[in-house]
Amino acid sequence: MIDKQVSSAAEAVGDVFDGAVVMVGGFGEAGSPIELIHALIDQGATNLTIVSNNTGSGQVGLAALLKAGRVSKIICSFPRTANSTVFPELYRSGKTELELVPQGTLAERIRAGGAGIPGFFTPAAVGTPLADGKECREFDGQEYLLERGLKADFALIKGQIADTHGNVIYNKTARNFGPPMAMAAKVAIVQANQVVDPGEIDPEIVVTPGIFVQRVVVIANPAFESELVAAGVSYP
Amino acid sequence: MTNQTDQAQIVGRTREEMAKRLAQDIANGSYVNLGIGIPELVAKFVPDGRTLIYHTENGLLGMGPSPEPGLGDPELINAGKRHVTANPGAAFFHHADSFAMIRGGHIDLCVLGAMQVSKDGDLANWSTGAPGAIPAVGGAMDLVAGVKSVFVITQHCTKQGEPKLVESCTYPLTGRGVIDRIYTDLAVIDITAEGFQLVELSPSIDFDYVQQRTGADLLPIANT
Repeated sequence: MIDKQVSSAAEAVGDVFDGAVVMVGGFGEAGSPIELIHALIDQGATNLTIVSNNTGSGQVGLAALLKAGRVSKIICSFPRTANSTVFPELYRSGKTELELVPQGTLAERIRAGGAGIPGFFTPAAVGTPLADGKECREFDGQEYLLERGLKADFALIKGQIADTHGNVIYNKTARNFGPPMAMAAKVAIVQANQVVDPGEIDPEIVVTPGIFVQRVVVIANPAFESELVAAGVSYP
Repeated sequence: MTNQTDQAQIVGRTREEMAKRLAQDIANGSYVNLGIGIPELVAKFVPDGRTLIYHTENGLLGMGPSPEPGLGDPELINAGKRHVTANPGAAFFHHADSFAMIRGGHIDLCVLGAMQVSKDGDLANWSTGAPGAIPAVGGAMDLVAGVKSVFVITQHCTKQGEPKLVESCTYPLTGRGVIDRIYTDLAVIDITAEGFQLVELSPSIDFDYVQQRTGADLLPIANT
C-alpha cells in the first residue's frame, strides 16, 4: 500500500536541513503554502536557498521566513512588494543574496530541472543586464541565452485536493509554480485542503501525477496572506 | 526639454482615449496579454463585435473583468495580483505552460507601459538602475521576447517633461528591438528600420509639437 500522507505540517518539513534548496510555490498569495512555511520557521532550518516568484507580504509566510534570518539566497523574479519591507532590508544589508530571473525563465528552469534537462536556450533577457555572464548563441538568426535547469531538495506546494498516492489538483490561479516545482524537487511536499483515497480524483483531471509528490498533508482551512496581513499578524 | 508639462497634460489624448485608440487596432479573436496600468484600460474599449481572449501569465486564459466588490477569490488573480474572473471557455495552467504560450509565439499581442523606448525598438520598463532599488523584473522580458506583436502605451513624456521616446535608452533594457508600435497621448508611432515613423497625430496636435517632445527624429507621414 502506498500512503504519502503525513499527519502534520511539522512532520512534513521535519527533515529540511540547513543549507537546503527549497522551492516555494505561489504567485503573491495565490498558492502560497503558508502553513508549510510556518512549520519550516518552527522547525529551524537555516542558510536556505529559496526559489520562489515573490518574497512574501507583511510579516507572515515567506516574508516571515526571510525575517527570521533563515534565507541566505533567494532565486526570484519579482522580489518587490507593496506591503513588505522584510526583503528590501535584507537585500540592502547584504544578508540575503538575490538571483533575479525573468519569470518565464524561472518557470522553465524549474521545469527543465524536473525533466532532466540541465540547460536550455531562451530569447528572454537577450541584450539586458540579466544576460551578463551568460552564454549567448544564435539559432536561425536570433540570439538566445543559455539558462540552467534548477533542482531542489524540497518543494513546498499548495494544492486543493490530493490523494494518498500524491496525485494533486489545484484551485484556479493557485496552480502557478506548483506543478513544475513538484517535478524539480527530491522531496515535494503538498498541503491540500483535502486528502482523499486513490480513485477519488478522476485520472483525467489529475494535474500533478503522484510520482512527483513525496508527501501530502491536510490543511483543511488554509490561511490567506492578505487576511493575516490585514489582521496585523506577525509570525511566529 | 522645455518645461511644458502643464500644457502636455491638457492637450492630446487622455489615458482612456489612448486605450480606446489602441483597442481599434486589435483583431477579433486575438490572444492578448495586457500589462499593469494604462494597458489594462484597453479591455474596456474593445469595439463591439470583437472578442479577445486575455492571457495573464500567472496561469489563466480567458480572464474576465474584476468581480463585484466583496466577491473576489484570492486564488483567482491576475499578474498584478488583483482579483479577476474567468470567462466561459477559460483555462487554468501552470507557469511553465503559461510562458510556453508566451515564448512559443502563441500570444498575438502584448501591451506594456514604458519608461523609455528607443528608435530601434528597445524597451526599458523595469528598472531605473538606481542604487539601492530592489530590482524586480517579473515576466516583462519573456513577454517582449516571445509575443508576436508588442505595443507600448504611454504618456509621450515623463512627469518632468523628459521624452520617453529616445535615440537610445539610458535605463536598463527589458528587451532589444522588441517594440512594434507606440501609442501616446500625442501620437501613434511605428518602429521601423529608419526609426520612429509617425502613423497618426492625436486630434489638435501638430507634427512639430510631437517632434519637440521626442528624443530622436520623427519621420513624417509620407504624402501619398
